[in-house]
Amino acid sequence: MSDATPILEFRDINTHYGAVHILKDVNLAIYPGELVCLLGGNASGKSTTLKTLLGMVTPTTGSVVLDGEVVNNQPTSYRVERGITMVPENRRLFKRLSVLENLQLGAYLRDDKDGIASDLERIYTMFPRVKERLSQRAGTLSGGEQQMVAMGRALMAQPRVLLMDEPSMGLAPSLVQTNFELIQQIHAEGIAIFMVEQNANMALSIADRGWVLQTGRVVLDDTADALLSNPDLRKSYLGEVGSP
Amino acid sequence: MTLATETTGTKASNEVVRGAFDLDWRDLIRTGAILAAGLVFLSLTGMPEGLDSRVLIDPFLSLGYVSLFWLPLIVGWSVANEKVLEGMAATRKSARDVVAGGVVGAVGGAGLSLLIALISTFDIRDPLVNWNESTQAFLSFQQGTSFGIVACIALCAGLGAFGASLHLMPRKVRRAVVSALLAVVAVAIFESFLVDVADPLSFLYSKTGGLIPLWAVMVGVAALAFTLLGGGDRIGKARSNYQTLTGPAKAKQDTILIVLSVLALIIIPMITGKITQELLANVGIFLLLALGLNIVVGLAGILDLGYVAFFAVGGYTTAVLTSPNRGPDWPEWFPTMPWWGAFLVTLLMAGLVGLFIGAPVIRMRGDYLAIVTLGFGEIIRILFLSDWLNGYFNGAQGITNIPPADFGLFEVKGTDPRSVFYLVLVFAAISIYVSWRLERSRLGRAWMAVREDESVAEAMGINTVNVKLMAFVVGAVLASFAGSVFSAKVGSIFPTSFLILVSIIILVIVIVGGMGNIVGIIVGSVVLVGILGGPKQPGLLAEFSEYKLLIYGALLIWMMLQRPEGLVPNARRSRELHQDEFLQDAWLKGKVDDADENGNGAENGDVAPGLAGGAS
Ligand SMILES: Nc1ncnc2c1ncn2[C@@H]1O[C@H](COP(=O)(O)OP(=O)(O)OP(=O)(O)O)[C@@H](O)[C@H]1O
Ligand SMILES: [Mg+2]
Repeated sequence: MSDATPILEFRDINTHYGAVHILKDVNLAIYPGELVCLLGGNASGKSTTLKTLLGMVTPTTGSVVLDGEVVNNQPTSYRVERGITMVPENRRLFKRLSVLENLQLGAYLRDDKDGIASDLERIYTMFPRVKERLSQRAGTLSGGEQQMVAMGRALMAQPRVLLMDEPSMGLAPSLVQTNFELIQQIHAEGIAIFMVEQNANMALSIADRGWVLQTGRVVLDDTADALLSNPDLRKSYLGEVGSP
Repeated sequence: MTLATETTGTKASNEVVRGAFDLDWRDLIRTGAILAAGLVFLSLTGMPEGLDSRVLIDPFLSLGYVSLFWLPLIVGWSVANEKVLEGMAATRKSARDVVAGGVVGAVGGAGLSLLIALISTFDIRDPLVNWNESTQAFLSFQQGTSFGIVACIALCAGLGAFGASLHLMPRKVRRAVVSALLAVVAVAIFESFLVDVADPLSFLYSKTGGLIPLWAVMVGVAALAFTLLGGGDRIGKARSNYQTLTGPAKAKQDTILIVLSVLALIIIPMITGKITQELLANVGIFLLLALGLNIVVGLAGILDLGYVAFFAVGGYTTAVLTSPNRGPDWPEWFPTMPWWGAFLVTLLMAGLVGLFIGAPVIRMRGDYLAIVTLGFGEIIRILFLSDWLNGYFNGAQGITNIPPADFGLFEVKGTDPRSVFYLVLVFAAISIYVSWRLERSRLGRAWMAVREDESVAEAMGINTVNVKLMAFVVGAVLASFAGSVFSAKVGSIFPTSFLILVSIIILVIVIVGGMGNIVGIIVGSVVLVGILGGPKQPGLLAEFSEYKLLIYGALLIWMMLQRPEGLVPNARRSRELHQDEFLQDAWLKGKVDDADENGNGAENGDVAPGLAGGAS
């Protein structure tokens, strides 16, 4: 994998909100077809990383590189068009729009009518429940159904890289498992996944590689197996309390 | 309570069981006090007294009394209605409801009586203009204060009791009675309109105005008979049939409906008189404006309070390009053109002004944006009024002598409201079609996405700034349609034609119609502009025009509380709401819980298991 060019890359990224320094010299790379995860505590800058990747926040220094091209000054739509898509934190469906309208909005930047229609069919086979509820308002769906629609909406953009912000947040424990299986299924279709998670154990068990972010700095960068056995990480994130 | 054991009996026995005076007195007194406050407030606005001169049934009933005393009737009805909502329908509909309605009415009437008494004792005419003898005389039915004090209580109590007693009637009778009452009031109120539409109908009315009592009775009987013979049922059934249609069948029905309404709209102005034509033309102009604002507010969620600015730009651009009186400072070469040429320039101009105002404004968030647009709306009007541009727009004198729109075969001018209406009809058809297509287009979806969640919309790749600007510009262009027609219609325009009130009324139409709902907006324009009247245009109820803002306000409050989804909610929304209500009702009746616990009890009666559970 390391000989291919990464789809998406951070080179020495620094991001500020006003005067507050959030991301500090972050380096990341996402290669085609891999499943990687970003771990970190609350307010460590994970969501900010995703927003910077997608261009909703502009970094102060450093470069965001997409297919070898620096895209710092390109708008979000430019990146979405080139296959970067996000499933936002808490799913954030368009609550008063129908399920179908939500899915169609995922394909906003595409004009291939046939392609969109066949992708819709694909999503219906993937989530039969969604098909039953096409005309229902998205805000009235159950949490699990909303998760399906959120994933479906993202897939409608034909992503090469799917950015997921805490996909298991707010789901019942039984759904968390299904959700991870779903992520693996999407990954199996060749879509690279960049997943932000608090549930480190789960995330690392399906990921290839991972990073750990601490107050905006990458403190660990390793394969998932290595991270799983890393004593520091085990102590701080996997719930194994050592000495106080 | 002994109720539970009795529920298997007939309805009549239930009504007897709960004594006629077994009432929630505190609640009744409170509702009555609210009613009293409402009645006193309404009387002090001066509206009922002002409308007293408008006779409905000669010589017994005036619009003034109707506009006041509908209140106890409705409150009496709803006092009894509330009890039904608590989920014990079968037991509650009894004589005690009539007592409840009567008590509430009497308390309300006592408020009026107190007012009558106080007007003679205190003088607070200074803040309250209508605190005077004529209000007192009106409330006393011109028969002296002591008669008035008794009569108000008795009348309100009677009306409250009557309202409540509607619940006791069998469904069919109730509908017949209500439709008879409404028919008489409607035929009486719309006198001038009906005579204008069909002159022969004037035999119904007396020379001094108002229905002749005999004919009032006949109208009531006719409506009663029509409903009793199932006329209402058939209409209701046709409607619910239509609502359940889907796919091609619905498309076919829709086409038929559209063709029929267009035909009706083409034919109606031919047979009606000037008043109706004028009215329809005004409704059309405001419909155009509301359709435009609906895109901005309803679809894209941009709360634009200065929408009148684009109406003004449209009006003035057309005026300046067509009128010889446009102001001395325009250069020699500046063209004077026929209306349709000016119209095209106007569209362009409105689009540009939309861009110009929109660009700085659109980046702001909701509440800030509302205030800034409010400011822009005023700035544009003040520019037209200003000394600085006096040489171009004639300041307060306005631009006069705007020629009619000449289409070769016919002319559109104010003295011929029918021609204005047809022109507006064409534009309205275009606007409706454009709105309808836009709503289902990619751009329309993008607008709704921005309205729902701007940052997620951005993450979907929507360029939110461009999309919002687009909504602003489309809205501006649609408003300029209306402005251009307006200029040709009125022949002279002034800065005061474009007051902030216009923005507000258009916004009220959009809200009352249900944001983003085209059918609702058509209904909203007809109800608000057609019936109540526009900012300066009289409506069908020209009598109410002085109190228009009062009615708008009351209507808005009522809408927000009772029908937040608009007058004509779209099918999807109303189904959801009704589902909620249904579940709530079922839960209150104990259907849901009890069905789970003792699954067999549900079959024979809906109510019985719930009551049995409640009584333990
Ligand atoms: N728009 C903003 N303006 C100012 N500060 C912000 C903004 N968004 C986020 N922050 C701050 O930046 C820091 C990092 O936020 P971020 O959302 O990236 O955290 P996170 O790692 O995703 O946390 P969590 O796991 O709780 O979602 C936080 O301290 C947050 O308060
Ligand atoms: Mg976060």
